[in-house]
Amino acid sequence: MLAKVYVMPKEGVLDPQGQVVERSIHALGHPGVTDVRVGKVIEFSIEASTSAEAEFQIRQMCERLLANPVIEDYRLEILES
Amino acid sequence: MRWGVIVFPGSCDDHDVYYGLKHVLGQEVEFLWHKEILSGDWNCLVLPGGFSYGDYLRPGAMARCSPIMQGVIGFAQKGGLVLGICNGFQILCEAGLLPGTLMRNASLRFTCRHVSLSLEENDTPFTCLGKKGELLSLPIKHGDGCYYADGPTLDRMRNNRQIVLRYVSSGGQAVPEANPNGSVDHIAGVCNEAKNVFGLMPHPEHAVEAILGSEDGLKIFSSVVATCNRTEN
Repeated sequence: MLAKVYVMPKEGVLDPQGQVVERSIHALGHPGVTDVRVGKVIEFSIEASTSAEAEFQIRQMCERLLANPVIEDYRLEILES
Repeated sequence: MRWGVIVFPGSCDDHDVYYGLKHVLGQEVEFLWHKEILSGDWNCLVLPGGFSYGDYLRPGAMARCSPIMQGVIGFAQKGGLVLGICNGFQILCEAGLLPGTLMRNASLRFTCRHVSLSLEENDTPFTCLGKKGELLSLPIKHGDGCYYADGPTLDRMRNNRQIVLRYVSSGGQAVPEANPNGSVDHIAGVCNEAKNVFGLMPHPEHAVEAILGSEDGLKIFSSVVATCNRTEN
């Protein structure tokens, strides 16, 4: 199975990268863009018999390594291959 | 007393900690490679500064998975003294031994300079030789030093007196210009609830001789020595 994990700064946590990217977008001539947030996407293949089992494993990885629950939220997608 | 300095791939202040402890303070010190399983008797373990694993994913995120960290966590849970400096502080937060986390500096710039710090708590093994409110001058050099914890966590930390160091002006005021990285509440160093684990972004090991511009870092290391001598006698 293929998995994609999206890691984003939590609501209310300062995202200075997002702020700087937003200013640069405005400088490119797109003043209508707001609320820019910069996160990460992590992709991998995972061996599991069911997608529920894969999700269980991936959530453990997210809580312990892929995301820092103090400042980041995550969501995941599992694609049957 | 015996100090252990843990070396991760990408640690760069390990030798400075070793130098300060061994050659300035005359302590018994050994390096411990991160792939080792922690064994032997130690009074204090130091996680030094640097860029373990190239700061991949998040600073400290990979290092907290190193084999030696299981031993460090067990040592801390039994009351052993653990000191994390800069990247070491980030690792201790990632490992869950300290509350909160360190984020990218608000300026997005790497910052390298001497800062003034107010010593907020002296009833810890790491600051017992200091006076409350005393100012220390220590260097910082980091890109990810913006301390963050959520409101309820900060309240708990204040009640338990876990905020040990704050960035202040040379006059001792917590004014915005004195905060080099955007840390919440000007926090530069925190300890755990039991006060046997301490993490700080400034570098005491780079302030151990007058020629380095400050000797204030000795206060941290000497406090640990004093604490251990008191326990051993």
